[in-house]
Amino acid sequence: MTAPAQPPATPDLLYSQDEEDLRSAVRALLADRAAAPTVIAATESDTPYDQRLWSSLATGIGAAGLLVPEKLGGQGASHREAAVVLEELGRAVAPAPYLTSSVVATETLLALGAADGPAAALLGELASGARTAVLAVPFATPPTGVGAALASLDGTVRGVADAAVADVLLVPTAEGLYAVGTAGHGVAVQPLVPLDLTRPLATVTLTGATGTLLADAGASATAVRRGLLAGAGLLASEQLGLAEWCLTETVRYTRDRHQFNRPVGSFQSLKHRMAQLWLEVVSARAAARNAADALATGSPDAPLAVAVAQAYCSGVAVHAAEECVQLHGGIGMTWEHPAHLYLKRAKADSIAYGTAGSHRRAVAELVELPAP
Amino acid sequence: MSPAPDAAEVRRRTRELLAAHPPATTDRTDFLKARFDAGLAWVHYPVGLGGLDAPRSLQQAVDSELAAADAPDNDPRRIGIGLGMAAPTVLGFGTDEQKRRFLRPLWVGEEVWCQLFSEPGAGSDLAALATRAVRDEGGDWIVDGQKVWTSSAHLARWAILIARTDPDLPKHRGISYFICDMTDPGVEVRPLRQITGEAEFNEVFLTGVRIPDSHRLGPVGEGWKVAQTTLMNERVSIGGSRIPREGGMIGPVARTWRERPELRTPDTHQRLLTLWVEAEVARLTGERLRQQLVAGQPGPEGSGMKLAFARLNQEISGLEVELLGDEGLLYGDWTMGRPELVDFTGRDAGYRYLRSKGNSIEGGTSEVLLNIVAERVLGLPSEPRNDKDVAWKDLSR
Repeated sequence: MTAPAQPPATPDLLYSQDEEDLRSAVRALLADRAAAPTVIAATESDTPYDQRLWSSLATGIGAAGLLVPEKLGGQGASHREAAVVLEELGRAVAPAPYLTSSVVATETLLALGAADGPAAALLGELASGARTAVLAVPFATPPTGVGAALASLDGTVRGVADAAVADVLLVPTAEGLYAVGTAGHGVAVQPLVPLDLTRPLATVTLTGATGTLLADAGASATAVRRGLLAGAGLLASEQLGLAEWCLTETVRYTRDRHQFNRPVGSFQSLKHRMAQLWLEVVSARAAARNAADALATGSPDAPLAVAVAQAYCSGVAVHAAEECVQLHGGIGMTWEHPAHLYLKRAKADSIAYGTAGSHRRAVAELVELPAP
Repeated sequence: MSPAPDAAEVRRRTRELLAAHPPATTDRTDFLKARFDAGLAWVHYPVGLGGLDAPRSLQQAVDSELAAADAPDNDPRRIGIGLGMAAPTVLGFGTDEQKRRFLRPLWVGEEVWCQLFSEPGAGSDLAALATRAVRDEGGDWIVDGQKVWTSSAHLARWAILIARTDPDLPKHRGISYFICDMTDPGVEVRPLRQITGEAEFNEVFLTGVRIPDSHRLGPVGEGWKVAQTTLMNERVSIGGSRIPREGGMIGPVARTWRERPELRTPDTHQRLLTLWVEAEVARLTGERLRQQLVAGQPGPEGSGMKLAFARLNQEISGLEVELLGDEGLLYGDWTMGRPELVDFTGRDAGYRYLRSKGNSIEGGTSEVLLNIVAERVLGLPSEPRNDKDVAWKDLSR
């Protein structure tokens, strides 16, 4: 056997000026509308998502339509820009259906390649932020784990992220991909109690529901795989932003907090842990950028770039959040300090779109390092 | 002054060099001297010192033209200490005469350099060094002491040396920086046999070594500042070049896995995949650092890359020894040798396992590098210290 194929082109791993401008806009909006106390309060209310925040993000900044071509009503940007939005959403653990609607559902629809008709119309609505959609598969589904969960528009799908706030469900069935309105007859969306308070989960039950058939079974499977691949790849950027916040806050706190008559952050055992975390964060940035760039350029290397990013970044986010809680000491265990939001998001993200283990299995296949 | 040359100009000059000195018919050393004199050795160096005062990124244009023409290179791995550490320090702190005397033979490879920094009693706490340099009536310096972990000392013509010139000052302030002649009769080099069985390093004993004051780099007592430049350049030299996928130590173990299915176990499979992913991410991080350098925005990632590679090399080579099972119980050759180069990929797994243990010690231990990242990159406070304002001679040892 031979060594794995070299990446076809050198990826651009830096940020462009446009991407930095987009980051500033999103960061300013989130600082204004999604400060930690606001997010904590919202998680305990009936409306986990702030509709005004969503419309500012989706419409004001135009983030919802980044992946959608201009002729379909979007911004005609790419996964690189969407990744920057997700870095900021991760940094703020902001509750917004961006990953599920603007990335996964949008990418699934884009994969159908429709220039007009219901899929194109729905894309326009998602791009404008007027409606949101989610792919009706369990949040834990890896890109390689596709199989239509349902035979037809009848049955139950558990653990669908953001279904409770979505207007439309994209339901892969044995017959093909359907668009089903959540307000329609025969559709029940039952909220679950999620580990991650900032991303609601629900069980979707369809009882003889009706919907619009968007694609046959073959095209549906391909589209769903592409949607989940984009979701997994860009989730790495959310994990990067999250990890970066945890490190920055931990450094800030341990510089200020005094114990034993000196700043806690001057103790070598703690400094080394934070320096190690920094190294993981800069490595996660390279991996996440590589995945975003591979998706943006439609590189044949994309499946490997995504699998590598997910296999790596999940662990970094969880490690950063766990260190954040530990190095904050007692305050890190409280409900009022936001560290717990980050831990819950990081742990849930480590399962979303496939665990690190399932992505390593994908790596094994892609680079020909087969199991015994 | 004319403006700095651009890529086209650099390419033109490179082709001129090749036309005037065809690599196929020119003596290797003569070609390298001509290349130096054409300013194409290190284009970012000054005119007359092997460079063109050009942006550092243009070196790639030169190197690719020369590689395409199959021109000889100056064997950078063999003269790595001279190129990576001595040269930038001479350039930054040397007199015009020192620059003219030392840089050309250094770059051409006619004169090998080594580095006399570490001492048995001062490794990570480098500023605690005890080697003394005392001035005689004639103004020369007389050096006495012992250095250790000195790669290439047995091949070197010159050494960069730091020594204590004022024991009454606190330890960082009483140090000066010198260029030491390795042929001085007071220099004795003894091989230091290592964990691998080979003597890649040396101990160096300095007894009444005479160094003229014209071989001092930087002002008396400012040696620590000069040494910082050297050490920074040592760590920056990592991550400058593009590494292919599976280009590092992961390559041999992945090959073994593919070629020898009978060795595979579920446990080693899991570990291999985790390390494969980490090696690929380290490669990407190095690539991102390289892109930042080319874009003129060097990031602090370089300080961390050595940490990552040290840990990965150790874990990967450790896995490979275990993967090999019965064969992992064997070792290639314990015969004492004196290699000119450290070769990680051309040797067997046992050698790689043992040699990579040095990766987290040489060039700054991982513990020291973690402190540097924590303090200089993250801005965390340093630990309280009681040696900063005390005269070196009064410190407890």
